[in-house]
Amino acid sequence: MSTAFLPADQVQLRDLSGASNAEMLRNAPALQSASVVRTRNLKKSYGEIVALHDLTLEIRRGELLALLGPNGAGKTTLVQVLLGMARPDSGSVSVLGVDPYGGQVQARLGAMLQVGRVPETLKVREHIDLFSSYYPNPLPLNETFQIAGLTEIKDRRYGELSGGQKQRVLFGIAICGNPDLLFLDEPTAGLDVEARRLMWTQIRILIERGKTVLLTTHYLNEADALADRILVLNKGAVVAEGTPTEIKARAMGKQIRCTSRLQIEEIRQIAGVLSVKADRNAFELQVNAAEPVVRELLQRDTWLADLEVTNAGLEEAFLALTQNHNADAKERN
Amino acid sequence: MATTTFPAVSVVQRRSLSRTLALYAKEAKYELINKTRIPVYALSTVAIPLMFYVLFGIVLGNASDRRDNATYMLATMGCFGTMAVALFGFGVSLAMERGQGWLQVKRASPMPVSAYFLAKLFAAVVFSTVIMLLLLSVGIAFGGVRLPFGTAAELVGILVAGSIPFSAMGLAIGYFAKPNSAPAVVNLIYLPMSFCSGLWIPLSVLPHGLRVLAAVLPPYHLSQLALNAVGMAPNPTPAWGHVEALLACTLLFLGLAAWGYRRDEGQLYG
Repeated sequence: MSTAFLPADQVQLRDLSGASNAEMLRNAPALQSASVVRTRNLKKSYGEIVALHDLTLEIRRGELLALLGPNGAGKTTLVQVLLGMARPDSGSVSVLGVDPYGGQVQARLGAMLQVGRVPETLKVREHIDLFSSYYPNPLPLNETFQIAGLTEIKDRRYGELSGGQKQRVLFGIAICGNPDLLFLDEPTAGLDVEARRLMWTQIRILIERGKTVLLTTHYLNEADALADRILVLNKGAVVAEGTPTEIKARAMGKQIRCTSRLQIEEIRQIAGVLSVKADRNAFELQVNAAEPVVRELLQRDTWLADLEVTNAGLEEAFLALTQNHNADAKERN
Repeated sequence: MATTTFPAVSVVQRRSLSRTLALYAKEAKYELINKTRIPVYALSTVAIPLMFYVLFGIVLGNASDRRDNATYMLATMGCFGTMAVALFGFGVSLAMERGQGWLQVKRASPMPVSAYFLAKLFAAVVFSTVIMLLLLSVGIAFGGVRLPFGTAAELVGILVAGSIPFSAMGLAIGYFAKPNSAPAVVNLIYLPMSFCSGLWIPLSVLPHGLRVLAAVLPPYHLSQLALNAVGMAPNPTPAWGHVEALLACTLLFLGLAAWGYRRDEGQLYG
């Protein structure tokens, strides 16, 4: 019953021109197995603010790539560039084989964006009906309702919905056109735990159906739960990349606090130290594993005191991961 | 299930003509539904011109020239109504949808931008028609207005067509006003402009300076066209001059809006 919602690979081409970008994409074996999205050295600034700094990335067919980063990391700007709504200052971008700027590719994309306010008087069914009409080959309405979990609320007005339900409507708007590639920009921002889990279930349905998804999120556990691959973004540049397991291993460290006579340079040189912050002789270290570092610290400084080892909270550790680059540079000065 | 043949899903970008028409129709339909379901909008845009008409056109008119007064005010209050609908329905709603990110959601989809704007124009036309028909009914029932059918139809037609220049103005406002201040901006523009164009009190009783100013205000030109239609223009000038003036300001505002639209490209909201 869900045959209309096909993975991109199974889509039958019926292109009269015979040379569309999409067809070229499918016919070229090297591209076929590889990337749906490719950007090279993207730069984009808004006045003084650098939103994207030399960003190079690739999204492979059928994967869910999570873009993890704090506010202002450039996630939303990147999504806008990929959707063809903003033009990069320099660098190249290709989405499904074409430059998204110019609006040729929108019919094959779906987007769930962060939005301040949605017209509240329209019913869920009406919103989905309208957006479905924008696409050349939309899903049947009932199928969209089913996938997005809207069947029971389809006759309610948007303004009457809970936060989680509202997000599901935006999710429905993103999928109703049966797109090959989806952008989900912080789909669970502001949701409670239960609504978040429900959204994850819906996102997993997309993955099962072979869609390619770019998900942006603040939450490491969300990226961990859904993604095939994670890119950690900070200040418009990729600071880490890997599978969820790899990224977690890097982020799930320990925190060591102590007062010591050592110089910060000396502490930084100890193997396993990710970052160090100093406040006069009080130090705060982010480390992968605590024991070898503590052993080393005690050996080098017999006066070491106030030793305290804690689990770095997930968010703190993640913050450490994104701040490493800048912090290192700063502390040296 | 296993034997289901996959439907030939096309990746051809072009929509068929019937789908395109359906898209424009749906956009217009839902824009209208959305507006009618907002009581504040529906009530204020329809009720305020009606209230003003009853007050200035019927209650406050002299007994001697009651019918003339009611006919005169039918033309000018109709102009006032058309203007309010276009400025609020187009300008304020665009400023809000643009500033609050909803327009971004629409523009991320393959929706043609023209569908969005035409739907707003359509809603303005429908609301102006409703207002004109209501004013006309009230005028006939309580103000002693008597117009031949052709004249009445011409009056309604002129004022409804007046949605176009004011929608262009709304479009320009929508691209420059912030969502929270847009209603105030519109009020600050259209209330003084209505007064200075002689929509509430005939220009002939206003100071000379205002009469000179009126010549550069779009509502003045629309109201003169409407007054011409009912044979009540104070000094009947050729209608063509007013049409030209309205055309010129339509182009001016469209140009401003186009500038705002470009300025918007790639800007971040929220």
